[in-house]
Amino acid sequence: MNVYKEEKIMKTLLWGSALFTVFILVVILSFLIIKGAGALSIDFLTKIPTDSGEKGGIFPAILGTVYLVTIAVLTAAPLGIGGAIYLVEFQREGIITKIIRFGADTLNGVPSIIFGLFGFAFLVYYLKLGVCILSGGLTLGFMILPTVLRTSEEALRTVSRGDIEGSYALGATKLQTIKNIVLPQSLSGIITGIILGIGRAAGETAPIIFTAAILNPVLPKSVFDPTMSLPTHLYNLVSEATPDKLLNAYGTALVLVMIILITTYSALLLRRYFTRNIRR
Amino acid sequence: MIMKTKIKIENLNLWYGTFQALKNINLEILEKCVTAIIGPSGCGKSTLIRCLNRMNDLIDSVRIEGRIFIDDVNILDDIDVVSLRRRVGMVFQKPNPFPMTVYDNIAYGPRIHGVKDRKTLDKIVENTLKESALWEEVKDKLRTPALDLSGGQQQRLCIARCLAVNPEIILFDEPCSALDPISTGRIEDLIRKLKENYTIVIVTHNMQQAARVSDYTAFMYLGEMLEFDTTKNIFTNPKNEKTESYISGRFG
Repeated sequence: MNVYKEEKIMKTLLWGSALFTVFILVVILSFLIIKGAGALSIDFLTKIPTDSGEKGGIFPAILGTVYLVTIAVLTAAPLGIGGAIYLVEFQREGIITKIIRFGADTLNGVPSIIFGLFGFAFLVYYLKLGVCILSGGLTLGFMILPTVLRTSEEALRTVSRGDIEGSYALGATKLQTIKNIVLPQSLSGIITGIILGIGRAAGETAPIIFTAAILNPVLPKSVFDPTMSLPTHLYNLVSEATPDKLLNAYGTALVLVMIILITTYSALLLRRYFTRNIRR
Repeated sequence: MIMKTKIKIENLNLWYGTFQALKNINLEILEKCVTAIIGPSGCGKSTLIRCLNRMNDLIDSVRIEGRIFIDDVNILDDIDVVSLRRRVGMVFQKPNPFPMTVYDNIAYGPRIHGVKDRKTLDKIVENTLKESALWEEVKDKLRTPALDLSGGQQQRLCIARCLAVNPEIILFDEPCSALDPISTGRIEDLIRKLKENYTIVIVTHNMQQAARVSDYTAFMYLGEMLEFDTTKNIFTNPKNEKTESYISGRFG
């Protein structure tokens, strides 16, 4: 076999691998649309479920997921970004940075059900928060914290050293330099990390089944109430699969995926808006 | 005219970890003169000027001994680094305008030091751009990104940005090494003009540049300052044979 032929075959194989990724996405999305679009209606999005999800809508689950993800991001973003700034700008490379990084990477590898168990034992029982939005949101926040921290750290490291030195040379303090030079230039990467976190937090079931989720279709009044959520509702519908529930399950899945896509896309627009003046 | 000493370096030693980069440097820099520091790569000339605005503080492994007086105050003592860096500006090797507009680049320094008034900032921007011979080229582009300017314009913008905080001393760390000859010529003209109001220290690889812009020249080699004299003497009648062979291009 000559080298040109070999290269051609390799190229085709690699192209195939790349294409396969898109293929899977398209299959999943079209599958959900075909199976679930029939369930969608204004009522489905705005009404509460009746007959344990057989009829009615999924409004409490949508609301619950939005609350849970919001609390998760409000928890993980300040901690993750703060930790990353500490690692990059305040702590010289050494044993401490290694421990923090190793800790974050290990935390990232912990299965989500373990986070659920931790949230249940620590937040629900030990801190007596009970099964509620706050417990679930915090648990999700802890879960996505390492993602936000590590992507923020990568983003902070890409900031031009020349710009940082230029700022110090004008007499700027460390905080002024971080606020005016470092954060604006790394915002794009930090937002990417938060997007990844949102996607994961919105879709996870295991961390919230013990900490926040209920089957009762009631709207939460505060963060101290339990709530329905899209992934747990989906799980319950599928496990009792009657034809009507299955249709609603596909509808729920479609709504969940669409919420994640819309959030991701808005965050991308936000990122473009924030970085419109930054060109390298 | 009696020249006043602006900067006095006494027995300065500097180590990066265990490597000694500066060995017992002694040097007096006169007010409103251009002092050039020349020498082959790695001789410590950039390290030396980065001591003058305490830029080396940013590097973890640096240890410094000795004294550097600016107007009779030892800046290596526990002094306010922020106000030191306001007084001692720096222009870097690679033009480093911030990714902001031309206007915001110049206003950056005054703003962090508390100037908020719009009219004052406008005035500072106009004056410093005129002082750095850039006003005519950018007066209609104040709101465009600084990174759209050419390399030479970017470097003059960095000079303007540095002037905007009213320094007394300006350090140039090989300011032309990334620029073409015409831009280099403009920067050199500017340096000659700026010395009427500022004390200037310039590190350069380019000996012709040192000869063209400076009044005094120091020659450094392997962390030591081998010779310091008027530029004229260094280039016409060097006393040290290393200096002589460096300026005549036998090594470098």
